[in-house]
Amino acid sequence: MSSRSEISLLGPVQRIGAVTVFLVRILAQCGPALARPGLIVQQIYNAGARSVIIIMLSGLFVGMVLGLQGFDLLQRFGSEDALGMAAALGLLKELGPVVTALLFAGRAGTALTSEIGLMRATDQLTAMQIMAVDPLRYVVAPRFLGGVIAMPLLAAVFNIIGLFGAQLVGVQLMGVDSGAFWSQMQSAVEIDDAIEGIIKSGVFGVACSLIAVYEGYHADATAEGVGLATTRTVVASSVLTLLLDYVLTAFFL
Amino acid sequence: MAAPEPLHNASAAPADDAVVDVRDVHYAVAQRPVFRGLSLRVRRGRITAIMGPSGTGKTTLLRLITAQIAPDRGQVLVWGRDLAQLGSSEVFALRKRMGMLFQNGALLTDLDVFENVAFPLREHTDLPEPLIRELVLTKLHAVGLRGAARLMPSELSGGMARRVALARAIVMDPEILIYDEPFAGLDPISMGMIMRLIRDLNEGLGITSIVVSHDVHELAELAHDSYLLSEGRVVAAGTPRELREDPSDVVRQFMNGLPDGPVPFHYPAPDYYAQLLGETP
Repeated sequence: MSSRSEISLLGPVQRIGAVTVFLVRILAQCGPALARPGLIVQQIYNAGARSVIIIMLSGLFVGMVLGLQGFDLLQRFGSEDALGMAAALGLLKELGPVVTALLFAGRAGTALTSEIGLMRATDQLTAMQIMAVDPLRYVVAPRFLGGVIAMPLLAAVFNIIGLFGAQLVGVQLMGVDSGAFWSQMQSAVEIDDAIEGIIKSGVFGVACSLIAVYEGYHADATAEGVGLATTRTVVASSVLTLLLDYVLTAFFL
Repeated sequence: MAAPEPLHNASAAPADDAVVDVRDVHYAVAQRPVFRGLSLRVRRGRITAIMGPSGTGKTTLLRLITAQIAPDRGQVLVWGRDLAQLGSSEVFALRKRMGMLFQNGALLTDLDVFENVAFPLREHTDLPEPLIRELVLTKLHAVGLRGAARLMPSELSGGMARRVALARAIVMDPEILIYDEPFAGLDPISMGMIMRLIRDLNEGLGITSIVVSHDVHELAELAHDSYLLSEGRVVAAGTPRELREDPSDVVRQFMNGLPDGPVPFHYPAPDYYAQLLGETP
């Protein structure tokens, strides 16, 4: 019984160790990678700019749902004027970072994993090594940094569009007073709330980007291997995002 | 010449002209032995062919020579230096003096042809842009693809991709050029082009060439030295003509393309009739 539980524990522990070692190796290459800002800007474009549409659409609908549900709940207590505050705090502290991370894992994370995995499968990474170019420096570190930088920016876009959506439903549709909506938000939302959201999205950016590049770099060099790695990226990133969200929320409270 | 490892005594000191010296290498993947005492030597300025049936570890040998993997036992010496003793920066320094042509070209798919060839120059040198342009166009001209400089890898045929990869492999003027199955899947015209390029690079620039392939006839025309691998070791070595005249069964089977012989046509299986009758699974 004990040996079986040892075996079942060994896999995840080994995996966490391997991912941590990989992170250290990437961080060691981040300095040289920063000397080539063009590569990082390209990856911010790939991971960030190309995700903006889906982030904006999702932010709009999440904000609208928040406006609708928030209005329904708050009006029971006659405090629908607090809708702006509720929507802003919900978006800044929770929904913005978390939903952005989940969308990032599905859109940019999978693209990163499959791209690096296919580079492995088509010998491009090996060719770089033979040309005395470290793929960690040229391929992995810029993609990792691009993801880490893009995530908070995407969360900010999500929050802004989400607030617009909440305002659209709350003020334009349900008739909440526009002045009260914005002034309650302004008076209740502190800079700490914004910082909490930024830190969360930064941590999620590291976690999701790391998993994406790790899975791609270690994918089996077959079509099935790349497919499995892509699936693992989505599952692991999503679960880790929610787990980290709980830990960070508990820490900030 | 039929005796194993006739050209090389593993305990002997490397001759002066040995660029690559593989000494009694043992290597296994998941308990399955790939090499069992492999020894061979690649001499400076010559084209050395490594031949053998599929699955004999020809590509694994290239991975050993380029220090992508390390042998379980034995030594791989390149320019007299044991690869196992080198740190990663020394391995990278060594690799700058090597070029390798991959079977599928392994071009970087997000860069066009010009940038693929320029890639090693941009990574390893601070050459001014006009000089990089000149060097890249010279190499592309040498492989006949100067006009394709702005095409993306996805727009190239298999033969063109391999020629671009060859231009990239020689852009740093390597001393050793390694070809992994350079003729596989090519039409006769592309094959002829690649053969001519291998010969020209060897004769014109004096590049030591290692060609891994199972295309016997093409290698017979090209190679100065040949090694035939089977069952994890060298079973014959010599000039292509010597190999063709080798009387041993395994060499004759390979050189003449016989479907059955020491290398069996059938993968190991239970008795055919017993299996058809359901007596064995």
